[in-house]
Amino acid sequence: MYSEKVMEHFTNPRNVGEIPDADGIGEVGNPVCGDLMKIYIKVKDNVIEDIKFKTFGCGAAIATSSMVTEMVKGKTIDEALKVTNKAVAEALGGLPPVKMHCSNLAADALHAAIEDYKRKKERKDVAEQK
Amino acid sequence: MKRVYMDHAGTTPVRLEVLEAMLPYFTERFGNASSIYSYGREAKSAIEEAREKVAHLIGADPREVFFTAGGTESDNWAIRGIAHANKENGKHIITSSIEHHAVLHTCEDLEKEGFKVTYLPVDKYGLVKVEDVLNAITDETILVTIMHANNEIGTIEPIAEIGKALKKLDRKIYFHTDAVQTVGKIPVNVDELGVDLLSISAHKIYGPKGVGALYIRKGTKIKPFMTGGAQENKRRAGTENVPGIVGFGKAAELAEKELKEQYERLTFLRDKLIKGITERIPHVILNGHPTQRLPHNVNVCFKYIEGESLLLNLDMKGICASSGSACTSGSLEPSHVLLSIGLPHEVAHGSLRLTLGRDNTEEDVDYVLEVLPGIVEKLRNMSPLFPSKGGNLKCTAKK
Repeated sequence: MYSEKVMEHFTNPRNVGEIPDADGIGEVGNPVCGDLMKIYIKVKDNVIEDIKFKTFGCGAAIATSSMVTEMVKGKTIDEALKVTNKAVAEALGGLPPVKMHCSNLAADALHAAIEDYKRKKERKDVAEQK
Repeated sequence: MKRVYMDHAGTTPVRLEVLEAMLPYFTERFGNASSIYSYGREAKSAIEEAREKVAHLIGADPREVFFTAGGTESDNWAIRGIAHANKENGKHIITSSIEHHAVLHTCEDLEKEGFKVTYLPVDKYGLVKVEDVLNAITDETILVTIMHANNEIGTIEPIAEIGKALKKLDRKIYFHTDAVQTVGKIPVNVDELGVDLLSISAHKIYGPKGVGALYIRKGTKIKPFMTGGAQENKRRAGTENVPGIVGFGKAAELAEKELKEQYERLTFLRDKLIKGITERIPHVILNGHPTQRLPHNVNVCFKYIEGESLLLNLDMKGICASSGSACTSGSLEPSHVLLSIGLPHEVAHGSLRLTLGRDNTEEDVDYVLEVLPGIVEKLRNMSPLFPSKGGNLKCTAKK
């Protein structure tokens, strides 16, 4: 039911963990529904220098989380924002149709982390101006 | 790689003796049991022999056993057949909230036709209360259908007590039980249970798929499920699945002969598995009743992780099991049974069912106990829900 690529990422997920001093944290999903993804990013000069994830969920949830971290590590914020859930699924060689809606949320978690980073940065910039 | 099959509540392999009994009925004894010539008579007598064996296993008269295409058909027939034949006496049905979907969806379907259905709650072990059944009865009640044992959590329901209580009433209310999970696993006797209808499936007892039976007590007013030819005493039309029925008969015979021995062996393995899991892994909940449960059923929830990823990891180690998570239940909701016993959604998503069978050994149980803690730990370390900081929750074996 899952592609080889999905199983490969599921078996050996990349970038699992937390970043204690993360610049941005994004969380999507809900444990009640069976999926919760949390993505941590460290940003330097507008580039995602480090990224880690923690995911509660099915095989697709874990594989997409792993894949998205691999896709954007070392990329600029703007490049990362262009990554969609669909692109993550495609990079994994596709997902079973039933998984496309419920478990394909990794790009959303990434975008949430970037938004969090931007919010924090704005606050910091304002504070510095004062 | 070593493979350990622990999903016997899902299905079982056809036993060699069963297959051997079936084979001639595909080829040299291919006759249609309705034909009067020798081929037909051979098929007919094979069916009757199988009927006797199935009847014997449940303490019934062979004339009360009707072959069907499986447990789902038996449940559909029992419920729809009673409802439609007795609707002049009332249109109320009582069932439980933890029934198999073959019962639940059939009841829901009848609601659309104007029947009223009461779905009784269960306690934290999954037990239906006899008094709840009695309290739910109205002047309109025509049928009570409660499963003998639950397919997911293994809890055995007080069917004999309910049967006894229903008999004391001054009005006839038909009593059906889905015994797909109990027949051949624990002693089942239709008179002791006090049931009028009882569903059985062959492939849960090392028989072939696509064949089952419905026990219908003499004098029961029921509509046929299939109309057509005069097969099965005009109650279930359609040319009989002769090889399947023969295999079912053989499987029933063997199950009866080995029941006590298997019951004891499986109970030992089950308890070893439950004890081993709860000792080795923290944050585990045993689902179902601790003792009033099927001898081969283990069902646990591991907090903070999700069932499908657990199954995939087990599969990579050759272990075949099942779960009640949304991903494996085929819907967005986790198992209705786990929700009915009061588990929160996020805990229900982390369920694992291991169901033992004839071929499982103590070595298999040891292998699962060796592999499982590491998988749970790996997934928990990946889970944002797991309170991992400090390391005091590490999976270490406690003695």
